[in-house]
Amino acid sequence: MNAAIEVEKLEKRYGHVRAVDGIDFEVRSGEVFAFLGPNGAGKTTTVEILEGIRPSSGGSVRVLGKDPWIHGRELQRLIGVIPQDFHFFPKLSPREAVDLYAALFGASVSAHDLLRRVELDDKADDLFDTLSGGQKQKLGLALALVNDPKVCFLDEPTTGLDPRARRAIWAVIRSLKAEGRTVFLTTHYLEEAQLLADRIAIINLGKIIATGSPADIIRTYGRPERLRIEGDPAMVDRLRREVGVPAEVEDGAVAVEIHDKGDALKVLSWLGSSGYSYSSFRTSQDTLEDVFIRLVGSSEASTMELSPGADVA
Amino acid sequence: MNPSRIRAYFVAFAKGYLRNPIGLFFTLVFPIILILIFGAVFANSGSSAVPLYVENLDHNSPASVAFLAALNDTGAVSVTVVSPPAGTNFSSYLGTQGYSAGLIIPAGFQAALTNKTPIVIPIYTNPSAASQAGIALGAVAGVESAFNLHLAGGSMILTSTEYNVGSQIFTYIDYLIPGLIGFSILTSPMFSMVNISSTWKRDKLFRQLSLTPLTRAEWLTAAMVWYVLLAIVAAFVMIFVGRSVFGAHVSVVPWMFPFLIAGPVLFVSLGLVAGSVSRTPETAAVIGNVILFPMMFLSGTFFPVSSFPPYLQTVAHVLPLYYVIDGLNAGILFANSAGATRDLIIVIGVAVVLFVVAVRVFSWRES
Repeated sequence: MNAAIEVEKLEKRYGHVRAVDGIDFEVRSGEVFAFLGPNGAGKTTTVEILEGIRPSSGGSVRVLGKDPWIHGRELQRLIGVIPQDFHFFPKLSPREAVDLYAALFGASVSAHDLLRRVELDDKADDLFDTLSGGQKQKLGLALALVNDPKVCFLDEPTTGLDPRARRAIWAVIRSLKAEGRTVFLTTHYLEEAQLLADRIAIINLGKIIATGSPADIIRTYGRPERLRIEGDPAMVDRLRREVGVPAEVEDGAVAVEIHDKGDALKVLSWLGSSGYSYSSFRTSQDTLEDVFIRLVGSSEASTMELSPGADVA
Repeated sequence: MNPSRIRAYFVAFAKGYLRNPIGLFFTLVFPIILILIFGAVFANSGSSAVPLYVENLDHNSPASVAFLAALNDTGAVSVTVVSPPAGTNFSSYLGTQGYSAGLIIPAGFQAALTNKTPIVIPIYTNPSAASQAGIALGAVAGVESAFNLHLAGGSMILTSTEYNVGSQIFTYIDYLIPGLIGFSILTSPMFSMVNISSTWKRDKLFRQLSLTPLTRAEWLTAAMVWYVLLAIVAAFVMIFVGRSVFGAHVSVVPWMFPFLIAGPVLFVSLGLVAGSVSRTPETAAVIGNVILFPMMFLSGTFFPVSSFPPYLQTVAHVLPLYYVIDGLNAGILFANSAGATRDLIIVIGVAVVLFVVAVRVFSWRES
């Protein structure tokens, strides 16, 4: 098992502020690794240190076995980067941008093929300053791929995009993984991480507070499965007393923690004979979002966009 | 330094520049507008005679006509004979007409000359146009002396002939063209570099470039080559416009080129320093203008530095643009190789120092 990225005790201080406070993680070769955290958690600082454009204050970082700050020039040829809020020269077209990158990297790529891959071929000759946010981001992705990178750093690649553009970028990220490239993805969007990532690290206040696959994280930090009954909240006290299960009112419904099928059957048969009215019931499990809010704290999480569609009216 | 990367980036940089109408306007169109405006305003300033309005009360006697012709021949004044309505005071007549200099040939002028009896010629001048008054008084006094000498039976002993400084006759426009070539050597690299180094930092374009194999030195080389080319094109255009519109005595000479190369290198570096030390594009623009505007006006761009008061001349001598324009004047107008060489050494020296400073303060990566 070889690691594409190894980070040990990484620190970054700005004066007295510890933006990154001794984090450790490893990204395996060929996986999609999502780096999650609220704004100001240290995500972008970490990515920029990995990309070699910002020095660390302590600890060690290896990308493809090299120190990015010292061997930045060699590493540039092996990595592809879309920075957060990607900008490019306003008066160049996507085709010219790709041709420029190809010449700078000495790579022979077809601008047309690359732009078609990111679904930007129809705007190949429009000037950058006339492109929409999603189209700009797609160009960023195309440029990150010009040098056929082994590791791709995507810093919030879908922030502020409409659902269609977001899905187009997700498709490209999946194809990167299929081609065996390592993807380091920072994101605001928990759904995006859950859909795309093999493994996740959650960072908050400069420290990593959870790592693992999405399922691992939910299993470790999530609450037990719950039976949700859309019905009279008054039943909660009698449920606790008469069935002996932990029950509470949650978002207007009655939620009962269940540890096995027997618990669920006991509750339902009690419900049938209790005379309380109810409209429906179903079981629910914590999502990554629920876990994230619990771990990061609701005040921190309120700065996050919790679902990718939230910004689209 | 990799030539193919420099070439690729140069092409992209040039496209970006050519597609931005504002940059092109300030590089090529604006200096031409300046030539046309300043040329039109000052084109005749060297030879314009002071208008002198004359009421001839001696009824166009031959002596009075000869006196007025002699005044005209001085070239310092141009005589217009006027006839104010009878009973009008000549002084108030001149005032209401807006004329600033005039004289009266008194009745009996010819008789006085014939009889050699003294006669007084009243001259009117406007103190608020002191230089014109001085010219008019000087011309009249000169002609009077010549007449007196002739009447006394004497002959001229001392005379002089007028020559211009330099090998040929230069007009204002001849001095303006090298000044405006210097102006464009200053403004287009400074304006763009201040803007680029601050807004690209804000938009993280340097960060973007730092993730490619392009080096800072390659980037700077491409930008400098571009501004050198722009300066050469601007110089050719201005010489062409100056010659074809105003008949300026300027032509393309080899001595221009060292200045057209070293000048942009100097001001690209200066612009980069000004932009790099500022935190925002707004402060960069302020710092850029604080450097740019005094230099633009005090370096001999529009007016010769020798016409400045001494303390401003001292200021001009510490501005690098002064040496660019002085060198261009020496090369283009006077074929003064020694002067041009001295200026060029100073320009190259300052350019090297600023280049080194620029490379030190201008960083792509962040700390």
